[in-house]
Amino acid sequence: MKIAVLIKRVPDTELRFSIGGDGKSLDQAGLKYDMSDFDGYAAEVALRLKEAAGAGEVVVIGLGPDGVPEILRKALSMGADRAVHLTAAEVPVDGMSVATALAADLVGQGYDLILFGRQATDTGHGTVGAMTAARLGLPCVTAISQLNISGGTGTARRELEGATETVSFPLPAVLTIDEGIARARIPSLKGIMAAKKKPIETRPAQLGPVRLTVKSLELPPERSGGRIVGEGPDAVPELVRLLREEAKAL
Amino acid sequence: MSTAGSGSRFAGVDFYDFDSLLREEERAVRDTVRAWVDEHLMPIIGDCYIEGRFPRQLIPGMAELGFFGANLPEEYGCAGLNNVAYGLIMQELERGDSGIRSFASVQGALVMYPIHAFGSEAQKTYWLPRLAEGTEIGCFGLTEPDYGSNPSGMITTARETADGWLLNGVKMWITNGSQATVSIIWAKTGAVDDPSSIRGFIVPTSTKGFTGRDQKGKLSLRASDTSELHLQDVLVPKDAMLPAAGGIKSPLMCLTQARYGISWGAIGAAMACYDEAINYAGQRVMFDRPIAQTQIQQVRLADMLTEITKAQFLTLQLGRLKDAGTMTPQQVSLAKRNNVNMATECARESRRLLGANGILAEYHSMRHMANLESVYTYEGTHDMHSLILGQAVTGLSAF
Repeated sequence: MKIAVLIKRVPDTELRFSIGGDGKSLDQAGLKYDMSDFDGYAAEVALRLKEAAGAGEVVVIGLGPDGVPEILRKALSMGADRAVHLTAAEVPVDGMSVATALAADLVGQGYDLILFGRQATDTGHGTVGAMTAARLGLPCVTAISQLNISGGTGTARRELEGATETVSFPLPAVLTIDEGIARARIPSLKGIMAAKKKPIETRPAQLGPVRLTVKSLELPPERSGGRIVGEGPDAVPELVRLLREEAKAL
Repeated sequence: MSTAGSGSRFAGVDFYDFDSLLREEERAVRDTVRAWVDEHLMPIIGDCYIEGRFPRQLIPGMAELGFFGANLPEEYGCAGLNNVAYGLIMQELERGDSGIRSFASVQGALVMYPIHAFGSEAQKTYWLPRLAEGTEIGCFGLTEPDYGSNPSGMITTARETADGWLLNGVKMWITNGSQATVSIIWAKTGAVDDPSSIRGFIVPTSTKGFTGRDQKGKLSLRASDTSELHLQDVLVPKDAMLPAAGGIKSPLMCLTQARYGISWGAIGAAMACYDEAINYAGQRVMFDRPIAQTQIQQVRLADMLTEITKAQFLTLQLGRLKDAGTMTPQQVSLAKRNNVNMATECARESRRLLGANGILAEYHSMRHMANLESVYTYEGTHDMHSLILGQAVTGLSAF
């Protein structure tokens, strides 16, 4: 089985970060980059499928600036076989632009599965996987939490609000991976050394037109202090009133 | 400009864009160990420390990721990393706990290194892959009850007989001693006043006459085994001797390797304490403001940050010298002495900043503080390294 995993390089937002002077991007000073978490789960899913089959190829593909190969090499050190870097000065916020470039590179390559993370941990749009599938004319299952492949058919489970949906689909297909399916493995030191010798092809990304732009980026307002509305059961009516009228939570 | 992000995952300390001096694979190695420590060690280390228990269940995972003897060649089942990457492994492990770093240091620098440096091809081929896989656990028997800073004075002997080497003696303060399956024992093959007769032997701990007992009552390195080894008429085959080792210089070469790793490790412990201090200071409110907004705590934090940053650059250059093959033992002494002392100070200051909470095992600074007292003392005490440096610059030995 030949599997493509699309990997996005994202700022490590679990660390401290701040908004840049332009008011619509992150301040680059001191920013560290990493693989988007969901893409790490997708890489893990691909590696497990290959390991279970005892054969196959896992190709990791990333689109973006100079820092992308370092992130791709992380996936190679986890065990992926080779990588493709689609070069672009920046990753457009418009998912369709990115999907156009990815589809142009994926088409005709004979992939049985094309895996994405459910969404990127920076922008969180969750559109590129489905849009790429549409561009390729392939079936697409989003946000899957379990996967079985047998012959030319796959079954995937999706967690819905209060229910679980199981979907079957023919290969080739595009899947986007939710958390909970598999934790990304920690690359071994030997894996890191082996990754240095694995090939990374580089070619320019054929991005589509960019029609979305970010107007502003703001941090959530600081939480103001709590308020005590009373004590004991007597306070309940007032609390309910405030929740309904002031917080509009009810 | 506003700042967000919880900083809950350990992010290291990098005030001077130190990362830009590291190669990509060096950063990747560090990140692997950092992730492993976050995921597997941090959730349990407090309990292990309180219970005085080394977390043995972590050995297979450490081995699988390649933490043991990582700077030794791939042909013997090791990762073949450079010495900077090796140092970063030690930094990250000691960010977790000095005892866990000690375990890896002993396995790699004090057991695998001498077998690689002084062993026969047969010894290397047999032992190194097993030690890398963690199916054999090693310890290093040099120090004796009456010979710590002066190991040349050792009184353990190895006598050649028709059947092999007969070893007798007592070793003390031996990390991993009670759980090891194999030991490197240093003993005199000649007169006890002849340090040139010191040789190293690979001694399986299951050999008759060999006993390892935990030393009890430790208030430091509690998540690490520290043991006494008794060798009473321990007979090993002739080929148990490391053929290329000779004199006190050989074990001292091992110690140089281990001290190099400790220099990095101490930075990790200091970073852990600084990280804890800065997070706590930002959250702890006293007199209606976070204590981070008080001058006295800011001085503490500034001092820690400064010392950690200096140590990073000092130690990176040491690693580059080691990779170039020009590092001297005296340079290692300087780094070990400086960094461990620095880390000890950071741990103490962080613990103080944490106030009463600082004495709880739930926080890490006091554990590091207690551990670092051992690290200050072992692998050449702070004082001995002062004398080594004194000798290096004056040409006069004071010991």
